[in-house]
Amino acid sequence: MTKVRIPPTLRNEVGGEREVIGEGETVREVLEDVAGRYPALEAQLFDGGSLAPFVNVYLGGEDVRTLDGLETRVNGSALILLPAMAGGC
Amino acid sequence: MATYRELLAQVREEIEEIGAAEARERQGEALFLDVREREEWEEGVVPGAIHIPRGQLESRIEGLVPDHSREIVLYCSGGSRSAFAAKSLGDLGYGNVTNMTGGFTDWKRSGFEIETPRSLTPDQRRRYSRHLLIPEVGDAGQERLLASRVLLIGAGGLGSPSSLYLAAAGVGTLGIVDADVVDDSNLQRQIVHSTDRLGEPKVESAKRTLEALNPDVEVKTFEERLTSENVERILGEGWDVIVDGADNFPTRYLVNDASVWHRIPVVHGSIYRFEGQVTVFNPPEGPCYRCLFPTPPPPELAPSCAEGGVLGVLPGIVGSLQANEALKLLLDIGDTLQGRLLLFDALGTTLDEVAVKRDPTCPVCGEHPTITEYVDYVEFCAGARG
Repeated sequence: MTKVRIPPTLRNEVGGEREVIGEGETVREVLEDVAGRYPALEAQLFDGGSLAPFVNVYLGGEDVRTLDGLETRVNGSALILLPAMAGGC
Repeated sequence: MATYRELLAQVREEIEEIGAAEARERQGEALFLDVREREEWEEGVVPGAIHIPRGQLESRIEGLVPDHSREIVLYCSGGSRSAFAAKSLGDLGYGNVTNMTGGFTDWKRSGFEIETPRSLTPDQRRRYSRHLLIPEVGDAGQERLLASRVLLIGAGGLGSPSSLYLAAAGVGTLGIVDADVVDDSNLQRQIVHSTDRLGEPKVESAKRTLEALNPDVEVKTFEERLTSENVERILGEGWDVIVDGADNFPTRYLVNDASVWHRIPVVHGSIYRFEGQVTVFNPPEGPCYRCLFPTPPPPELAPSCAEGGVLGVLPGIVGSLQANEALKLLLDIGDTLQGRLLLFDALGTTLDEVAVKRDPTCPVCGEHPTITEYVDYVEFCAGARG
């Protein structure tokens, strides 16, 4: 069971939740589990079989792209989804 | 009871002493500590010396020189006050302290190099007194701030608090780039402006507020949107730090590329609703914006505050964090957010941190850059999904 933190720009896709729970052994399995329940999220997270290039995913504070990408094994830490925000307004 | 002369003789037997010529040979290795009064200090000092008046020595030395084994050469005008100071430092546990006999007078008479410190005016000494008391800032740091130049991108939510605190801190030159005018929907959070400025260019409104707050600050206004066409002119004026509070992705990527090429560190802040992000980009030591976000999000994932809203106080917090990072960069103190992205959530009042690493394949700051000149940033951001 892994907590997945949802950024404000993706909350509409998960019914307004700030955090959801995903099951699985790897980042891919956890995110696919969540996307399975919130199909609108899938289009924002995945591009083909890969992570969409504009979404950063952190596990234990590390960008999974610097680990084993989607195949990184989860370890009890929360996953943070983080798209860029432009606003300085 | 001993007379002054006897006491001095007694103290000199207990301390190490060297002449000016020998002291000069220790320059670069030993820390020179001047214990004269301020007026004496202002007339000339041994280059690189730090200054603590004799009367404040015991209370301030540990803040300025925490390492008790540091080699210290003490001097005053003629060598007597510094002899007592040397004894006192020994009593405080400083084990490598030497008194320069003959003091600054002998040093100068020997024809050795001196420098005249820039000094704060009495008004500045009062205004910045709380900075001067902090060892990490002090006189030298305050003078450095007064000589510093910070360019703010945007005089909006983030630019308001960051510019106010940087001006209050005495950053001598602030440049502000913003093409907008003050609108009443800004005033819920943009505290550098006010109701009587409605319709006024934001850069002019900010200039009035900041220069009224601190007349030491010169505000240079750029009433224009930062573009590929004007960025070289604006950055070419020379800036020590850029504080990025832009409100759109094209400007973010433009600021990034320009700052990488000009080697200017960027304090990045962004906000949306209840959440903010802060970091420092400073290649080649740290990552750049493109290392963190190589691809801008599609428009539906990147709503602005005008579309999605923002809690009024949020830019106050995030912009103040940016000012904090900028001041540390200017003063070269502490640990900045370089390599770390700070995530602030105002609803839960939580701060999280994620690592940001340099991407060796980054098209701008990487080992083999593929973007080496300004591109059409609007088109680049519009084509995000493609």
